[in-house]
Amino acid sequence: MMTETQLLVWLRGPALQVAIAIFVVGVAVRLLEVLVLGRKADLAEARGSAVAGGMRTILMRSFPDRATLQRAAFTEITGYIFHIGFFVTLLFYAPHILLFNSALGISWPALPTPVIDATAVVTIITLVAVLIHRLTNRVMRFLSRFQDYLVWLLTILPVVTGYIAFHRIGVTPPILIAIHIISVELFLIVFPFTKLMHAFTLFMSRYYNGAIAGYRGVKS
Amino acid sequence: MSKDNTLGEILRKQGVSRRGFLKFCAATASLMALPPGMAPVIAQALEKARRPSVIWLSFQECTGCTESLTRSYSPTVEGLIFDAISLDYHHTLMAASGTAAEAAREAAMEQSYGNYILVVDGSIPTRNAGFSTIAGVSNRDMLLDTARGAAAIVAVGTCAAFGGIPHANPNPTGAVSVSDLIKDKPIINVSGCPPIPVVITGVLAHFLTFGAIPDLDSHGRPVAFYGKSIHDRCYRRPFYDRGLFAESFDDEGAKSGWCLYKLGCKGPTTYNACATTKWNEGTSFPIESGHPCLGCSEPDFWDGGGFYKAISTPTEDIGRTAVYAIGGGAAAGLALGAINRAKRNKAEKEHEQVTIDDLEKGD
Repeated sequence: MMTETQLLVWLRGPALQVAIAIFVVGVAVRLLEVLVLGRKADLAEARGSAVAGGMRTILMRSFPDRATLQRAAFTEITGYIFHIGFFVTLLFYAPHILLFNSALGISWPALPTPVIDATAVVTIITLVAVLIHRLTNRVMRFLSRFQDYLVWLLTILPVVTGYIAFHRIGVTPPILIAIHIISVELFLIVFPFTKLMHAFTLFMSRYYNGAIAGYRGVKS
Repeated sequence: MSKDNTLGEILRKQGVSRRGFLKFCAATASLMALPPGMAPVIAQALEKARRPSVIWLSFQECTGCTESLTRSYSPTVEGLIFDAISLDYHHTLMAASGTAAEAAREAAMEQSYGNYILVVDGSIPTRNAGFSTIAGVSNRDMLLDTARGAAAIVAVGTCAAFGGIPHANPNPTGAVSVSDLIKDKPIINVSGCPPIPVVITGVLAHFLTFGAIPDLDSHGRPVAFYGKSIHDRCYRRPFYDRGLFAESFDDEGAKSGWCLYKLGCKGPTTYNACATTKWNEGTSFPIESGHPCLGCSEPDFWDGGGFYKAISTPTEDIGRTAVYAIGGGAAAGLALGAINRAKRNKAEKEHEQVTIDDLEKGD
């Protein structure tokens, strides 16, 4: 049987390699499939710059929109909170930066662990609120499919397991860290084949939307 | 020293004052996380305890564990208590050798059959009995034979507790731990490479006081000493929490005593009492001397992915994996894209115009 140490070394080594390979190949294939298909040539005369319009929309859609805020305040605010929280814990926790540094060769300063700790708690609470909203709002529930719940689970798991591993609740730390790594590897493996792909495709769809409007010389 | 003398009598003969003895009992009680009220109970029990017979077997080991316990520092109450046990067989420390030594072991076994404590350091080879023998007896046979009459077994050091360095990949001798071979006796794992001296005296004191083995964790180690991780008790922990790390062994961070996590410290995954009891009469412990914890009290610590690699970093070259994956993914993506385009073009070509008349004809 595998000991805790062997399990951890396997998860940090071969298992991570497989997960990264599936993630990268999957994302590359899905993005290229869309890009290679191309778009129909617009035969109308250009009234503005498609590129400028596209770029502008990529940027502007990152900021909250007043009309949406009025219509769906809860979705918009919780959306911002858990996305920012997720990325802060992912990118500014010192051990995570070491991981990026060893894989990509780049490094940046870390945030103090109490800040990361608090951010993780806020992220978890917000994600739970998002799920409750999805379950209680009739329209949301009607629109939700299995994959929406799967993606929610895959997103909250790394945060929860990381939080538990940091606070050493329950089993031994190597097992806690192993569970955390497994949750991340699952996230990576499933990512390219689910709605999680929005992390990449959102830029493409925003660009296309903006480019169409930009070409016509209208606001997107 | 007669075996019939109690520990109290022996200690007094050795010049240990009542005050010094009680201080030791109080310290032991607090070390083992017992309520302070237990100190007099420990004192009373130890006072009256007869010298327990101890048989010490050394197998595939480096003698570091024995060194740690015997050469630690000037005599202390712990040291004297250790002297006060009847160490009937220890082939490194005993004067006798060969047949005489083995006769001493057999005599001790016979005299206190069912009551002696068996201490083991070193792992046991299983691939070939000839890899390690004592007086012509294989380690495995000697362990099984001696364990039969033991009241309890103390596996001292990581080799005896978990296999240690002989068990490290590729494990040429097929080394195993004591608990791999013995299933029917209480085994206390006092791991560490080497273990802290006061931990073994603490375990013995507990056994003498309560006549039972202490609470053990999932690795069979006394919770009192292995209940907290090095990281949780580390004096450098505040630097970890503030995100201040030494980047190399001689940078400003290292000189300022910042956290050694980035230099590969295994403190977060290692359970031992180093950070509290410390070494060399409480002088310091490895992290205090500026070196990351190697995790020596944990199973398979030799194969944990590198002593100087941070726990959160991959053990393989992930960057290269990603580069290959990008290449493979790009090729696959382009190929699939081309197939999709061809499909679309074919569909466009096969597109036929249908008029109202055509549709009406179908009726």
